[in-house]
Amino acid sequence: MKDVELKMLERAKALLQSGEVARVIGWKKGEFCYDPAPASFESVEEMENGFVYNWFCGANLSKYLIQMAKKEGKTAVFLKPCDTYSFNQLVKEHRINRENVYVIAVECLAKLDVEKMKAKGVSFITDVEVVDKDVKVTTAYGVETLYKPDVVLSKCAVCTKTHQVKDEEIILHERPEREVNRFEEVEKLEAMTEDERFAFWREQLSKCIRCNACRNVCPACSCVKCVFDNPASGIAAKANDDKFEEQLFHIIRAFHVSGRCTDCGECSRVCPQNIPLHLLNRKFIKDIDTLYGEYQAGEESEGKTPLTTYTEGDTEPNDVFNGEAK
Amino acid sequence: MLKIAKERLNELYAKINESMGLFIPVKKAGEVNYAVWSEGKEVSLETLKTVKSPKNMFFPQTENMMKFKQEGKNIEVVDVRRDYVEEGKLFVLFGVKACDYKAIEVLDKVFLAEPIDTYYQNRRNATTIVTLACSRPEESCFCRVFDIDATAPQGDVTTWLDNEYLYWQANTEKGEALTALVKDLLEEGGEKEVEAQKEATKVIIDKLPFSNLDLSKFQPENLNELFEAKEWEEMSEACLGCGTCTFVCPTCQCFDIRDFKTHEGVIRYRCWDSCMYSDFTLMAHGNSRTTQMQRFRQRFMHKLVYYPSQNDGLYSCVGCGRCVNKCPQNLNIVKVIKTLGGKDND
Amino acid sequence: MQEVTEKKEFTPTIVAFCCNWCSYAGADLAGSSRLTYPANVKIIRVPCSCRVNPMFVLKAFQQGADGVILCGCHPGDCHYVTGNYYTRRRMALLYSFLNYMGIEKERTRLEWVSAAEGARFSAVMNDFVKQVAELGENKRLTDLRVKEGE
Repeated sequence: MKDVELKMLERAKALLQSGEVARVIGWKKGEFCYDPAPASFESVEEMENGFVYNWFCGANLSKYLIQMAKKEGKTAVFLKPCDTYSFNQLVKEHRINRENVYVIAVECLAKLDVEKMKAKGVSFITDVEVVDKDVKVTTAYGVETLYKPDVVLSKCAVCTKTHQVKDEEIILHERPEREVNRFEEVEKLEAMTEDERFAFWREQLSKCIRCNACRNVCPACSCVKCVFDNPASGIAAKANDDKFEEQLFHIIRAFHVSGRCTDCGECSRVCPQNIPLHLLNRKFIKDIDTLYGEYQAGEESEGKTPLTTYTEGDTEPNDVFNGEAK
Repeated sequence: MLKIAKERLNELYAKINESMGLFIPVKKAGEVNYAVWSEGKEVSLETLKTVKSPKNMFFPQTENMMKFKQEGKNIEVVDVRRDYVEEGKLFVLFGVKACDYKAIEVLDKVFLAEPIDTYYQNRRNATTIVTLACSRPEESCFCRVFDIDATAPQGDVTTWLDNEYLYWQANTEKGEALTALVKDLLEEGGEKEVEAQKEATKVIIDKLPFSNLDLSKFQPENLNELFEAKEWEEMSEACLGCGTCTFVCPTCQCFDIRDFKTHEGVIRYRCWDSCMYSDFTLMAHGNSRTTQMQRFRQRFMHKLVYYPSQNDGLYSCVGCGRCVNKCPQNLNIVKVIKTLGGKDND
Repeated sequence: MQEVTEKKEFTPTIVAFCCNWCSYAGADLAGSSRLTYPANVKIIRVPCSCRVNPMFVLKAFQQGADGVILCGCHPGDCHYVTGNYYTRRRMALLYSFLNYMGIEKERTRLEWVSAAEGARFSAVMNDFVKQVAELGENKRLTDLRVKEGE
């Protein structure tokens, strides 16, 4: 990954130096090796002092472009495969002006989830190295090796995405092809009884602390003012009440992004209580695929979404349960 | 010093629960948070940091304050407050870490100062706090910066946990009363083990990367300089404006009050608020802080400058490191302290 | 045995969103034809079934509805030409999703009822009320605070 980082740094510096772009959006070193933060860099010095690209750069940078692309001059951004879908979707919704952005597609061989690593018992991590499927973790207490598929972000576990948009690319290692079924967890839930499903979601959603991180990080949640921030809506965005409010919030949010959600998985990545929020959005994606034909939001930057079009022979809502459609 | 074998802890919980409500870190759907104990729940004392802090027990995220019932032209105000001590309904808050215990002190200064918040006070008075010393602090911990000793927390009862025993020492009258309640389960001994654990933990704390943060710059006289610092812009750039840091924080104490319509009148409730939200302190004229930078700055200035300037220099951060672990974009108070705190941070 | 009796006595609250041009007129026709449908069906008239934001459905449940039914013009007959086609997709996804969250699928329904179908309107409502009554009270989507004090 170090070679990729150096190449990225070199390109970004060249772009800034030539004046081709006014700023570069990437990741900045944190306090540890595992906590890089999204940041914009406006000079070569800033880049040299803080830029980083490593196994923990899971954050999707596309949403920052809503603001950044409005600034004077062109903005360069590093996008991983999954991030390009969000970017495209935002361009489609006229939230980002494509002409103001220079997209550098960067490779991603799945990102790691430090919480999952800590749950495996490693703490006081000082360095992480990845060789194939081995994650070598150096800690203050010694060196441990973890199995990579066990500790990748949930969004990376089933990813087969490829770059949908790029002005140039930095790909030094090809990701091996693989077969995954991203609907496996959804299917498991579907196979349960209503009561079991209700119990599952009740338990999960009762953990919700209404921090709104899922909404604020979501590239599809790009409303200037969210309905839940409207004091007149009668729904308190922050009242945590496990009797109902969480359910309403999550159902509405999932519906609002249906047909537009690219399955980037940021919602689950940021949730402080680790609620598997992506399973909500993925249900919509699965239903859309089965009822209206396969559709991947963010594959193109124009056209209609499944919910803004129709056919005369669409399935009746009462029939979605009868298995006729599926 | 008293002790109880680890495998008998369930008996201890059951005994306490016979006559008092017991709040303890419990694992639910994979995450550990404080919850009411009952037989069969998965208690996790080993968990260093619960997601939400125990402040939830005295200052719940959502709580009803009063009810209004209308009949004709009369509105009856129904007081829903309960004086638990008077009712004889007492609670035990079990397993509080040193940082979280200190955080309760921070909250006390807000809620128990005049005018006293009786909702908070009622719960606080009815609760015996059992603290638990840390034995495996991790890299995000920095309680020592705030003069907190993670190896010997205060509280009504202090406990230490190793692989075999939970060691027990009462510190206050309330603590003695609780000890008397469970004395049949406890046996004498453990001084040596506790001392050894304290020493071992102190060695780890010395090595923690944030144990020596320099706060010297955060003084009331530097308020303007800190407020105007140009670094805020850059530090807050990636901030999503979510409330994760405030809601996992053991010392954040802001709340909002709202009304809710039911079939039988109106309930007035309060819920935690976050200065990170765009509708925080929203007034008729609009919002007093219009950009995320201002909101971000408010949070840290409050913790490190405003609060201490009104409370004899007591910072309203306790170094629990929850925001370090939980911020979705990895922004946190450590970065602020390192950037603005003082020259010894480099 | 006692439980069964209790269930029978339960009168569900039903919210029916009816499009102004077909289903509401259908309800009207049912009335003027002296056909009955239960009084616990609360009709909310909307300009088109497409006006119904999924949030309306949830809000109805939150505020204490036990079942929600949407009625619009038959596909192809929409007063605004295509409105109900969008409704159909929206509600198909919403109903399926609610069921995925564990909400009983019998609590949601969509029916196309034209202005000439007074009899059908009455039959649909009677049937839906019966179906929801058998399920009992909606506890999964109600904000229990709403019913506080009852």
